[in-house]
Amino acid sequence: MNKSNHTHIVVGHHDNSTRGTLATYVIGYIFSIYLTITAYLLVENHLLSHTPLFLFILALAFVQFIVQVFFFLHLGRETRPRWKLAVFFGMVTIVFILVAGSLWIMTTLNYRMSTKQMENYVESQARQGI
Amino acid sequence: MSTSTTVQADDQKPVLGFWIYLMTDCVLFASLFATYAVLFRNTSGGPSGYQLFSLKNALTETLVLLTSSFTCGLAMLAAHKGKKRQTMAWFIVTFVLGVTFLILELTEFHHFIQMGDSWRRSGFLSAFFTLVGTHGLHITVGLFWMLVMLWRLARTGLGKATIRRLTMLSMFWHFLDIVWIFIFTIVYLRGMIAP
Repeated sequence: MNKSNHTHIVVGHHDNSTRGTLATYVIGYIFSIYLTITAYLLVENHLLSHTPLFLFILALAFVQFIVQVFFFLHLGRETRPRWKLAVFFGMVTIVFILVAGSLWIMTTLNYRMSTKQMENYVESQARQGI
Repeated sequence: MSTSTTVQADDQKPVLGFWIYLMTDCVLFASLFATYAVLFRNTSGGPSGYQLFSLKNALTETLVLLTSSFTCGLAMLAAHKGKKRQTMAWFIVTFVLGVTFLILELTEFHHFIQMGDSWRRSGFLSAFFTLVGTHGLHITVGLFWMLVMLWRLARTGLGKATIRRLTMLSMFWHFLDIVWIFIFTIVYLRGMIAP
């Protein structure tokens, strides 16, 4: 009795972590098409001014990202321990640091490397005899 | 009881390992996206994305790849039901859509290069070709993998090991479509917002 119960649980785990259903694929597909076409029409017709338009289509991309990760890759359907989810959040953290950090540094480069600062730096190096 | 648990756990290990590979591949793409975001204004007197891109072409590519991701999912549903012919049919549809996508992309690349706008032209174009090209290279690898799996399916049928490999292939394919969402948005749509 106990044995059969346990086996059943294990099989269930196998099902959850690897399989979707027709419904999840169809819903994911329709949602994705809807989000893609919406973003395309917004840009094609310039329905917003530049910055809000970019932020909005970026938000649409993130929604589609979440939709496809859950409906196509079935993240979050695994049972404990949720290793996939743990690795996924690790990836999101690294990607955030990488992209936001790079953009932060590179867009403020002028501020950090102003001519005055560079002159001061060169002078201080010259004073040290370098 | 314990044997069954071990078998299932072992069965899931390669899939988890492959998932970890996909997540590290995300980091590769993230660095290329960051590079593109930094360089895309540096056109060096050459054309910008606004002058170069065709949004209709990019939309077609997006819809073709999205549909192939969907048919790949349908193939996996058939595989889990043990329907070999149906699985092969959906994977062939996925393969044809993948090749269509690659042809559209290479035609676009060829067009740019013929006009003298190759990766040598500017920082923007170097970043563009690296980012989109890396994605295209992944697609090419995926297509070869799909051919190998189709051949294996035809020869051996839907064994447990085959289903596990197909699962990884389908994860790879869905992953590539997810990366493309951001290429479509950040490269093509962003490019067409402002000159």
